[in-house]
Amino acid sequence: MASPEPAQHLRTYARIAWLWIRAAWQYPTSFVLLAVGNGLITGLDFVGLWIMFTHLEDLKGFTLPEVALLYGSASLALAVADTAIGSVERIGTYIRTGRLDQMMTRPVPLLVQVCADQFTLRRLGRLTQAAVVFGWACTHVEWTPSRVLVAASMLVSGALVFFGLFVGFSCVQFWTTDATEFANAFTYGGATVTQYPLAIFPREVMLGLTFVIPVAFVNWYPCLYLLGRTDPFGMPEAFQLASPLAGILTMAAALLVWRTGVRHYTSTGS
Amino acid sequence: MLHVAVATRAFRRYSTYRAATLAGIFTNSVFGVIYSYAYMALWDANPTAGGYDQQDAVTYVWLGQALLMTIALWGGGSTDDLAERIRTGDVAIDLYRPVGLVGWYLASDLGRAAYHLVTRGFGPTVIGLVAFGIALPPSPLAAVAFAVSLVLAVVVSFAIRFLVASTAFWLLDQSGVTVMSGAFAIFFSGMMLPLVLFPGWLGTLAQALPWASYVQVPADIWLGKHTGADLAAALGFQVLWAFVLLTACQVVLRLATRKVVVQGG
Repeated sequence: MASPEPAQHLRTYARIAWLWIRAAWQYPTSFVLLAVGNGLITGLDFVGLWIMFTHLEDLKGFTLPEVALLYGSASLALAVADTAIGSVERIGTYIRTGRLDQMMTRPVPLLVQVCADQFTLRRLGRLTQAAVVFGWACTHVEWTPSRVLVAASMLVSGALVFFGLFVGFSCVQFWTTDATEFANAFTYGGATVTQYPLAIFPREVMLGLTFVIPVAFVNWYPCLYLLGRTDPFGMPEAFQLASPLAGILTMAAALLVWRTGVRHYTSTGS
Repeated sequence: MLHVAVATRAFRRYSTYRAATLAGIFTNSVFGVIYSYAYMALWDANPTAGGYDQQDAVTYVWLGQALLMTIALWGGGSTDDLAERIRTGDVAIDLYRPVGLVGWYLASDLGRAAYHLVTRGFGPTVIGLVAFGIALPPSPLAAVAFAVSLVLAVVVSFAIRFLVASTAFWLLDQSGVTVMSGAFAIFFSGMMLPLVLFPGWLGTLAQALPWASYVQVPADIWLGKHTGADLAAALGFQVLWAFVLLTACQVVLRLATRKVVVQGG
């Protein structure tokens, strides 16, 4: 059987997303406030980092522009992932209300439907803010062609890692619909970790963030390359170029968990 | 007596979700660990930043994680029910009950806060104590004052959330305002970074806004930073904001009631 075209899935995704944008626009004040508010939350986040630096010369050897590069790149990757598939977090609600059953009867892949459902542009605020911080930090990098390439691959791979984490950990809800917050420790916790240079953590934490929850590949390793710094933990230099591999592996693992979850799923009505 | 009954039932309602509570404690603790290392790095480089030492800073982190749910920093609690009832129009039924709306929802929110305190508050505090050796209140007086301060923190937070929910009378969908107010709450409560680190006028402003009652004031009392008249002033600050904001709730409600009558024809 020929697999259906991915392009077609993307079109379906875009159509459902557009539907939800129009729905959200029915409350224009809320729509605008949501976008501004989300930009504000992340914006103030960076103000927090800046305030930290009024008391510091550097954070474990990393200056403000260097931390901004780490923060901006991770935040950008997270914003892209969250805008595209943030709704997957709500899967527990779909299971409880029986909406997942409805979705399963439709001739569109379940994951596409779940991700596009209640699509919201409110994350545009975060996207803009992250882009501004990243742009500013980039002016402090000495660019070479290979660094440009690594920077581009960092953003794409970072988004893939976050895609994987969000989808993968949302699947917890196929087994328990109660403990959704458990997943936040890994998804949003992972995102928070990437705001800081990993040098502030003990070696064991860094290893966990490399091999278990691979958020170190979202920004830490590629940024070391962009900044031309040696790894304070002495990890192999090849890791600094390995982000795409980490992105693909995380994504593949997440899709596997997703399939297992869907197979395991039994409707609440049965 | 009625309000006590409302509060106990709210307590019980939240206690139904045990797995959710455990998952929440786990998540709060993970964030506690992350921020602890970040603050330890900061205070390693500058051991007297903001007049805190490193142990104060780490204690502050875990208190923040412990208070997160109790003060409903992200919104939520009984005011979410109110917003939904305003949107659907069910609030009309609430309004003709012979009980004040603000008191009813406040009692319910205090019940919720009590549940979150003994679970989501106690859990991370113990973990912080075992894993990071956080400081305990230096005197029984500080401990009692902390308890009082905590209740006031919930009341101030409730009043702000009530005002946010009330915007649904005019906007129908309050989610935008909720996110905005959440953004301010995270920043100005000292949840993101202790307000004592804020420089110059920003620090003065942040310490004067009602959100300072959420985390900064209770945490400073726990850490023994306020004694004598200073302690009374810190609690007075919270009482003042609680009074001003609860009055505002009553006024807004009166304005909104007229609106509902108009809507109902």
